[in-house]
This record gives sequence, structure tokens and C-alpha cells, in this order.
Amino acid sequence: MTQADARLSVLKTYKLYVGGKFPRSESGRVYEVTDAKGRWLANAPRASRKDARDAVVAARKAVAGWSGATAYNRGQVLYRVAEMLQGRREQYVAEVADAEGLSKARSAAQVDAAIDRWVWYAGWTDKVAQVVGGGNPVAGPYFNLSAPEPTGVVAVVAPQESALLGLVSVLAPVIATGNAAVVVAAEERPLPALTLAEVLATSDVPGGVVNVLSGRTAEIAPTLAAHQDVNAIDLTGADAELARELEVAAADNLKRVLRPEPPYDWTADPGTGRLTAFLETKTVWHPTGGLGVSGSAY
Amino acid sequence: MPRIPTAAAGPPASLADVTASDAALRRFLHGLPGVDPVGLEARAAALGTRSIKTTAKAYALDLAVSMIDLTTLEGSDTPGKVRALCAKARTPDPTDRTAPAVAAVCVYPDLAAVAAESLAGSGVKVASVATAFPSGRAAPEVKLADTRAALAAGADEIDMVIDRGAFLAGRYLEVYEQIRAVRQAAAGARLKVIFETGELSTYDNIRRASWLGMLAGADFIKTSTGKVGVNATPANTLVLLEAVRDYRAATGVQVGVKPAGGIRTAKDAVKFLVLVNETAGDDWLDNRWFRFGASSLLNDLLMQRQKLRTGRYSGPDYVTVD
Repeated sequence: MTQADARLSVLKTYKLYVGGKFPRSESGRVYEVTDAKGRWLANAPRASRKDARDAVVAARKAVAGWSGATAYNRGQVLYRVAEMLQGRREQYVAEVADAEGLSKARSAAQVDAAIDRWVWYAGWTDKVAQVVGGGNPVAGPYFNLSAPEPTGVVAVVAPQESALLGLVSVLAPVIATGNAAVVVAAEERPLPALTLAEVLATSDVPGGVVNVLSGRTAEIAPTLAAHQDVNAIDLTGADAELARELEVAAADNLKRVLRPEPPYDWTADPGTGRLTAFLETKTVWHPTGGLGVSGSAY
Repeated sequence: MPRIPTAAAGPPASLADVTASDAALRRFLHGLPGVDPVGLEARAAALGTRSIKTTAKAYALDLAVSMIDLTTLEGSDTPGKVRALCAKARTPDPTDRTAPAVAAVCVYPDLAAVAAESLAGSGVKVASVATAFPSGRAAPEVKLADTRAALAAGADEIDMVIDRGAFLAGRYLEVYEQIRAVRQAAAGARLKVIFETGELSTYDNIRRASWLGMLAGADFIKTSTGKVGVNATPANTLVLLEAVRDYRAATGVQVGVKPAGGIRTAKDAVKFLVLVNETAGDDWLDNRWFRFGASSLLNDLLMQRQKLRTGRYSGPDYVTVD
């Protein structure tokens, strides 16, 4: 037996990511995370509804700063996250291979696609306003301008199958436009999401903009769906029965609900659908003054 | 109902001689048992871990709402802001009429008249700070004039500050005489004496100040102004609560306690109520004997009430912005 084999391996107990910090679950619970073959990989925290509440409070605090940052600055911050993801590529390849039971090559392809997708959304931050906003022609002496604004706090039920590429595909568009997110990580495969939290904490994303909860989706998601201070919810990772329950709960304060139709193909071109799902349009009417004999007052 | 002896008469016969001279008062205050800071903070922290749930929580939340002195003490206060605050004091949650009214609205003396007019007939008291709040650095006659102006404007309760400079310099009798003077000027009103515990530097000093205030006839002893770095903490409030408990045991006179500043969440408020119940006893669990000086606390209490009622976490969109 070599000396390296004689050493006991250290299994990691992951923590939640709330408000830029890494707390344990308020409930003190953890659960075992296994790889695709059922081998014990690590412990993940099992968040309670109070953790969900705390995450929403943290997200609400972060909304003003993040949505108030310039779109260019948000793009820079998100690009920085992609750089950090690239730096941890090997770790992600191993984690995704374990979680999804993929070969190393196919796992690497998933990780590369996830990093590319993050960069793609980073580029969208200062372009989305031109695409979905702009001047409107109106019959009167007004400048009429529509501008997109972030919806606010968005709860994201991350996809259950694709632990990294799927997660990035639902999270990046939410925060690119200035929302703050509370993510419920994939129940059986939470490690890539919890590692992403470690990346976010060490890049320039302000604390609270992304909050990651792991645990039983059916336990955490209903609290978020019913929470009066959550403005929108993405039901991607909820099965049909749970999605229906969440949609009913979300109706009480008229949350925006995104309920896409499975099956999902995360390798396809994502389009701008997710980017615009959590935007509100503000339209401003600005009087241009009476029209003089020469036409416009300008 | 048995008649509760009031504090207004000054020290009871058994303690009359301790205020006879500066030396006697110093001897008495320095003869009080010292506070063990480590034990005190451990005790306060331990009581903060009690789990208060369901019906007990509902009771505690309503009690805490009814104990609030809803406070606005800013240079930017306007009559309009005070009127808005008074409307909130009468009906804290317009969507739920079962929410109790708060105990009082606390303002600067020049706005006491506005508050008195807005609160007429509601049972909510008008409290006014006075005596050169918050520093207390003014000539004694100015402090008395400040007090009289607040009373003339319709204040039911006067929140005075002690002269911390004199207290820290050891001129206890001077502090005592100043409180007595305000006590006499504010005859008929309830007098709250603010120690500004954050400036007294030791728990021993807080205990001495508490006894000094009670001997001088305070109806309430209050931790702080809310204007310095350290305001009400569970530990310094615990010192005050022990003082009022011991004072009643010694003299039969009951004195109220008001922590102020820095209490922002329902959770904190419930911890303070546990302290009250476990230290002074349930005689103090009433807004006649315990108050919270706070402003943002009310919104959090209302959100917690909504959560209990509907089972859904509420948010700041569902309470008023002050």
C-alpha cells in the first residue's frame, strides 16, 4: 500500500450560499449526495423554509445595487465569473462526470458549453435594452420611450438533470438583466451548483445577487412560490405535479411565472426567451412642446 | 385594583437619607453590587435562545406592537411626516384591523402639538423628548423650558436625557437634582429618563444610573437615545430590568423600562419580552411598564403577523414606507 492510499480521504460537507456568505442550513440538516453509480460523494446542506426566507431577504437587499449598476459593469462582472469558471474547469469536469454519469470527454463538452453560455449572456447585458426597448411612434407631440427593467427577486428551480449547463442556462439570463436570484439546486445533483456559489463568491458578483439553496425541491420551492416578496419564479426544474402546485401558490401576489415545456435541450441555441422573461417594460411619455410653424419645437 | 405607589413622590422614606448629600449618594450608588459582565451577557444570550412559537408567538407579536413608542427624531421631520406616523400608530396594519394600536408616538417638542392633534381620542399617547435631546448639553433653565414647551404642546410623556458629563465626572447629586427639577416641571406627565447606556462605558455605571433615575422619581428608565453607536442591547436592558425588580422589592414602587434604538426585528423584540418575563416578571408585560423605542420594528412585527395569519412570508411591499 502506498502512502497516498493509506491517507483517509476528506469528504466535503458543502454549505448554502446566502447573501454572499456560506451558512449551514438553519435546520442543521445535511443529506448524502451520491454519484450516478450510488457512491457517496459528499454531504450537501438540506435547506429549510427559513433558509429560503433568509435567501429572499438577502436577494431583496441586493436588488437595488445590482439593478442600479450599469449594464456594462454587469457584463464585466459576469465575464469575470466566466474567467473563474474556466480556472476551475478540471474540477467541474470531474463533478459533472460524477453527477451525470458521463464520460470525461462528454462531461468536458458540457462544461465548455456552460462557460460559453455564461460568456454569451455576459455579452447580452448592455444589448438587451436596444432589442426589447426603444422609441415608439405615437400620434402626438411626445417622445415615447420604452425601456426594460428587471423584475426584481426571481426564484429559480434549477433543472434536475443537467447540473451545470442547465443551471447556467437558467441562472445567467436572470442576473444578466439585473434581477437577483434564489436558486434551488438540482436535488440529486447539487454539487456543481454549490461549487458555482464558491466561484461567484470569489468573483465580483455582489453578495445576495445569487443565493443557492440545496435540499428537497418539494420542500423549498413552495415557500418561495408563496413568498410575497418574490417577484417571479422559474419552474424549469419542477415536475408537472409540483409545477402546478407552485403556479397556484405564485398566483397570490401575481408573480411572473416561467413554465417551460420539457424535455429541455440545453445544447440548442438558447435564444433571448429566458433573457426577456423576467423584464418589465417602463414607458416614458415626454412632451416635446407644441409644434411651431417650422414643425418640431426642436 | 390595588393602588400602585407612583414614583413621582421621590425616594421613599426607607431611602430618603441616601440623597441627603453628594457623599451619601455616592456611597449608596457605589455600594450597589457590582455587575459581572461575562455572566450578564451570557444570561442575556441564553434567554435569547428561547423558542417562542404559534399562539405564544402571536401573543408576543401583538404585545410588542402595543408596546411600541413609534419614534421619529430627525432634523428633517415635518408636520406631514408626523401626521402620517400618527395615522400608522392608530391603525398599524390597515389590511388587518385586529392589529393593536401602538403605545405612543415619540417626537421632538416642536412637533408634539401636531402629534397631539392627530392622536386626539385614539388612546395613543404623545411622548416628547426634552431637555436638549439627545446630548443634554444645555443650561438647566433651558432644559426646563424645553420640558414645559413639550407639555404645553400636549405631550403626555416626557423623555428626558441625563447629563452624562456630570454623571461620568461623579457629580451624582447634580444629576439627581436635575432629574428632580424636570420631574417637578413635568408633574402629571409620565417621565422617562434616558441614560444613554452606550456612553456610560460600564455595566456598573448603568446600574448606578438606573438607581439614580429611580430615586429621583422616574416613571420609566430608558436605555438610549438611538443617536449613538451602541444603543439598546439585551445585556444593558437586563441591567435595567434587574434594577426595577430590585427597586420594587426594596420600596414597593414599580418603574417601567424602555429599551430604544437598534431593535429592528420581531425576533429581537420577542427576545426582549423573554428578558422582561424572566427578570422583572409578568407584571411588566404591559405597555404601561415596558416600551420599545423604535420605528422600523413595527413593519417587521406587522410582516410577521401577516405570515402567521396567511402562512406566506410577507414582504416590504405590504407595509407602509415611513
